[in-house]
Amino acid sequence: MTQTDQRKFFGTIIGLAVCLYTLWPTFQFYSMSPEKRQEVLRARPADARDEGERTRLEKLAKLREKAIKLGLDLQGGMYLLLEVDKSKLGPAEAKNAVDQAMQIIRNRIDQFGVAEPSIQKQGDNRILIQLPGLLDRERAKELIGQTALLEFKLVKTDEETRAILDRIDSYFARKKLGVIPDTTAPDSLRHPFTSHFLFVGQRSESFALSSEVAAIDSMLLSLRADSTFVLDATLAWDAHETDIQGRTGRVLYVLTKEPLMRGSEVASAQMRLDLDQERPGAPGVSFTLTGRGGAIFGDITGANVGRRLAIVLDGRIQSAPNIQERIPRGQGSITGSFTEEEAQNLAIVLRSGALPAPVNVVEERTVGPSLGQDSIQKGLHAGAIGTLLVVLFMIVYYRLSGVVAVVTLLLNIIALLAAMAGFHATLTLPGIAGIVLTVGMAVDANVLIFERIREELRNKRTVLAAIDTGYSRAFRTIVDAHVTTLLSAVALMWFGTGPVRGFAVTLSIGLIINMITAVGVSKMIFDAWSLRRKVSSISI
Amino acid sequence: MLQLLHGTNVNWMGRRHIAYWFSGLCVLASLVSLILHGGPRYGVDFTGGTLLEIRVTPPPPVETIREAVDKAGFLGSEIQRLDKPGQFLIRLGAHQDAKNSASGIRTAIQAAHPASTFELLRVESVGPRVGGELRGAALKAIFLALGLILVYVAIRYDWRYSMGAVVALFHDVFIALGALSITNREVTLTVVAALLTIAGFSINDTIVVFDRIRERKQTLRREPAEKVMNIAVNETLSRTIITSFTVFLTVLALFLLGGEVIHDFSFAMLVGVVFGTYSSVYVASGLALDTQLYLERLASRRKQ
Repeated sequence: MTQTDQRKFFGTIIGLAVCLYTLWPTFQFYSMSPEKRQEVLRARPADARDEGERTRLEKLAKLREKAIKLGLDLQGGMYLLLEVDKSKLGPAEAKNAVDQAMQIIRNRIDQFGVAEPSIQKQGDNRILIQLPGLLDRERAKELIGQTALLEFKLVKTDEETRAILDRIDSYFARKKLGVIPDTTAPDSLRHPFTSHFLFVGQRSESFALSSEVAAIDSMLLSLRADSTFVLDATLAWDAHETDIQGRTGRVLYVLTKEPLMRGSEVASAQMRLDLDQERPGAPGVSFTLTGRGGAIFGDITGANVGRRLAIVLDGRIQSAPNIQERIPRGQGSITGSFTEEEAQNLAIVLRSGALPAPVNVVEERTVGPSLGQDSIQKGLHAGAIGTLLVVLFMIVYYRLSGVVAVVTLLLNIIALLAAMAGFHATLTLPGIAGIVLTVGMAVDANVLIFERIREELRNKRTVLAAIDTGYSRAFRTIVDAHVTTLLSAVALMWFGTGPVRGFAVTLSIGLIINMITAVGVSKMIFDAWSLRRKVSSISI
Repeated sequence: MLQLLHGTNVNWMGRRHIAYWFSGLCVLASLVSLILHGGPRYGVDFTGGTLLEIRVTPPPPVETIREAVDKAGFLGSEIQRLDKPGQFLIRLGAHQDAKNSASGIRTAIQAAHPASTFELLRVESVGPRVGGELRGAALKAIFLALGLILVYVAIRYDWRYSMGAVVALFHDVFIALGALSITNREVTLTVVAALLTIAGFSINDTIVVFDRIRERKQTLRREPAEKVMNIAVNETLSRTIITSFTVFLTVLALFLLGGEVIHDFSFAMLVGVVFGTYSSVYVASGLALDTQLYLERLASRRKQ
């Protein structure tokens, strides 16, 4: 070996050692049992109770960080893109709305208990949330997307309620006919609004059948759109359907317009099963207000004994109990027909506070864990078979030189995986496809070189000259051919999202490594071998 | 030494018109299919909408699923049975409110078949605006990639060659798109990734041939262009075929074993690799030759 060859050789060995070292945590992680792997995924040093546990958890967290991560499409999980609806906010509120919403959502997710959630701001008004692993999709979505604005409003008295509903009636009657119809006109003309109800203003409640709710809602919507009609009240539905006289419907309440208090004064909230005396075991949520909130609550309840107080969550009335007496310590509860999980969710969102504005899910991609597992298996299987076919072909066709190409190919794959671990890249299913594709393309460079060497040999060159010319002539072509594919991959990386970007990343890294190993490493093997033996023939 | 296709001496260029006809027919077939289908069949990524993949055991007939989906209020949804027993794809329209669609359909299926188990394998839901944005991003990626490739080829090669290479590239990508349309497959984000990879790969082989043409033109100055090109194509034929063949092997493995999720991706790649190889030999070199011949005729006419 010449001195340059020696240097190259040791360079390769050191490179390989670095790659294997970088891949060691990945190997460790994926050879663990599934339970142990879960433990690693959930390890949070902050949760440690003592020093010993902290070091252990820190070690696990570090291992997690250094291993190649699987994308949501492979390990299962949920990808949500939320859009914050700022349309109803003032400029000052709108400025911080997204950051506030992110903070609150992060809070909720932490309490929900997901390993390694990722929450990122995207653009001006979007939040990207990625929740890996097994989870209850609908529950997670509700927990994240609920505005959870808790308000306390007084329910208007029977007289006030009827007066307001009458005003609405005459508004619609005049709109329809131009005049207020006389008493001989049919009921649907005189009372276009209240005729949708079975009864109005009884114990402040107005009851409509479920089939009428949509019609009433659309009338209320047009009422709100008309700025000439000023209504000093809020009309809100009860959150749950009720049966009255054997018929199913919803109760509408007329409430004061401004809330007496908002949910930002909630200090703590818990799910409990003992709140409803009539239905023991029915899940509900009890909450405690902050000191300041408790004081306000005491004043409100003291001033309104005998009236009804509505607890409104996101515009729906959770309950509207009678105020029996002044409630001094700011304790309250919400009951209704909740499942245990819904009540748990409600407690979490009350504790973490309301979002500053409503959020909408504009994109969702969820993959169940079984499909993810299936994808990994199939992807790896296809990759293994594809690689095997290429290896067999190269050895059969190019014999000993083919073996050199295969060694290069294996180094290639190791380097590609190590680069992914080093860059903290995520492996997705299209990413696996990218790796498999790189395997097919990795031998291209060697094929170009070998064919060139064969050609030179046919032209009666010596082995050494043939190898030298083969490599130098093919090099230009190899670079050209790789660069064009690399350009496509770069374009994809720029604009692609999620799994597709994973494809672009593995493909680009693979192509770059290809160029280095194909030309550098395989040339080195050839040189070493041909120089030492002073060969006069070559197995190609 | 095992050698395939060594020392071929085929008059490729003399028969290039046959290839033009063949390519013309393929492009026409793709075009007709695309027109009949009203453009490519875009997936939810681009149209917006919701896609649910479910597994029900024991496997029910597709009618059961249709009834349940209708009952849950998602009339007019598209339902497709997958290869695996009990696995179905449900595609709700873009206009439908997909909220609670999974739980609604689950409830309806279990009401009809109380003994069956329902598993939600995958949900993809894209709002109409995000769909539009993803469409824009895909278009930008395509134009950027093609633009970069064109600039690179233009810098590296004589423009007379570049034209042939570029036409061959569009030819390959268009036929892959046509093959997707003919087999009624969807164009999703991943498929766009495949199309771009085809674009990069298609030019790969072309470059190998063109490099050789350039080299031979210097050594065989006195020979006519057609002969030089034939020699170059014949000399590079084995490497053109072999490099494509190794990629073909891996893509075939992905297509046959890679599973449902990347099936369309590998299908597009498969078509692209085959046509990319063919077009390097025939379309790209043939067109380069014709451009050159045309320019020579033009020059000699001007001399007279």
